[in-house]
Amino acid sequence: MIAGLAEATGTTSTGEAVQFWVLAVVAVGGALGMLLMRKAVHSALCLAATMLALAVCYMAQGAVFLGVVQIVVYTGAIMMLFLFVVMLVGVTSEDSLKEQLKGQRFAAALCGLGFGVLLVAGIANAKLDHFTGLSEANAEGNVPGLARLIFTRYVWAFEVTGALLITAAIGAMVLTHREHVKAPKTQRELAAQRVRDNLQVPPLPAPGVYARHNAVDVPALLPDGSPAELSVNATLRERGQVRDVSEDMQRRMAELENATADWLGRASSERPVVAAPRRSLEPAGNHEPEEGEQ
Amino acid sequence: MNPVNYLYLAALLFTIGAAGVLVRRNAIVLFMCVELMLNASNLALVTFSRLHGTLDGQVIAFFTMVVAAAEVVVGLAIIVSIFRTRHSASVDDSNLMKL
Repeated sequence: MIAGLAEATGTTSTGEAVQFWVLAVVAVGGALGMLLMRKAVHSALCLAATMLALAVCYMAQGAVFLGVVQIVVYTGAIMMLFLFVVMLVGVTSEDSLKEQLKGQRFAAALCGLGFGVLLVAGIANAKLDHFTGLSEANAEGNVPGLARLIFTRYVWAFEVTGALLITAAIGAMVLTHREHVKAPKTQRELAAQRVRDNLQVPPLPAPGVYARHNAVDVPALLPDGSPAELSVNATLRERGQVRDVSEDMQRRMAELENATADWLGRASSERPVVAAPRRSLEPAGNHEPEEGEQ
Repeated sequence: MNPVNYLYLAALLFTIGAAGVLVRRNAIVLFMCVELMLNASNLALVTFSRLHGTLDGQVIAFFTMVVAAAEVVVGLAIIVSIFRTRHSASVDDSNLMKL
């Protein structure tokens, strides 16, 4: 074990010291990045870096099993869950810089500073110049040692943990499950309603501009160069994530029409080039989210 | 180097996490700050285990990880359900229970 070196003297090996200082910088930098980044995705990635650094710290201290669990459970599963929810909630959402309570940020920084000073002072006052090390406890291997403790002294806590995990899984299912108030409409009923409302009988137009932009957040262009709002997903429209390329196309269209008009010898302003905005698919005042979305 | 430095690192990370909970407004980032605090306490537990020469601290850190996983699952489910009804993940917007 790495931790078994030079333990009686109260200091670790030089290699571990170098490793600690490198990893401490990475961990604190990641934590500060998480705190200061405005976008939730960047915060999540910074936190993942911190967790990886901590995993190596665990392994360097003789907690090999915990280090691996940290990478698998925290960096793998939990951060993946975080990123999943960030993507679900809206990847571009940023914290507003407006303070809801006056002076709250300053007070929070002051509180954090005071708390940190208290913690560090407490550790500094403790008499910790000698340490035992884990070479004896890890003699038969880290995992067998942990297993011996978990399944003997802590077996009750282990079983309660199982109950906790089951409860959490059921709780997550109950919380995210959505009960349908009324039966969801079938495809046949939806088609009949489209014909009855006569708002958009044919299928919706596909997004993207041919040969230029094929991303789903770029609305397709109508023949006169104006954007077809209906071609963009309703969720993106609601979030305001529509990327409009119509101005460029409308300018080109205007140039083309002017050139054609010149060539034909007509007045160039025969008809307006910029079209009126298209009507929306939803009837006015109906902002109910669809049952089957997500 | 004395292993106590690991404790200082844990204290620093815990403080950053606590300050983040106070400063940030996005519910997901708040949860990440709580995770950072749990990680810092785990680091302290592992260091204590090494200082004492027994594996009990590592067992407790292991249980902390399990509890953290359960907490994240339920917490993120709550955030998702709040986002569905309020269309926002900011803690300032959840004011229905305010007097």
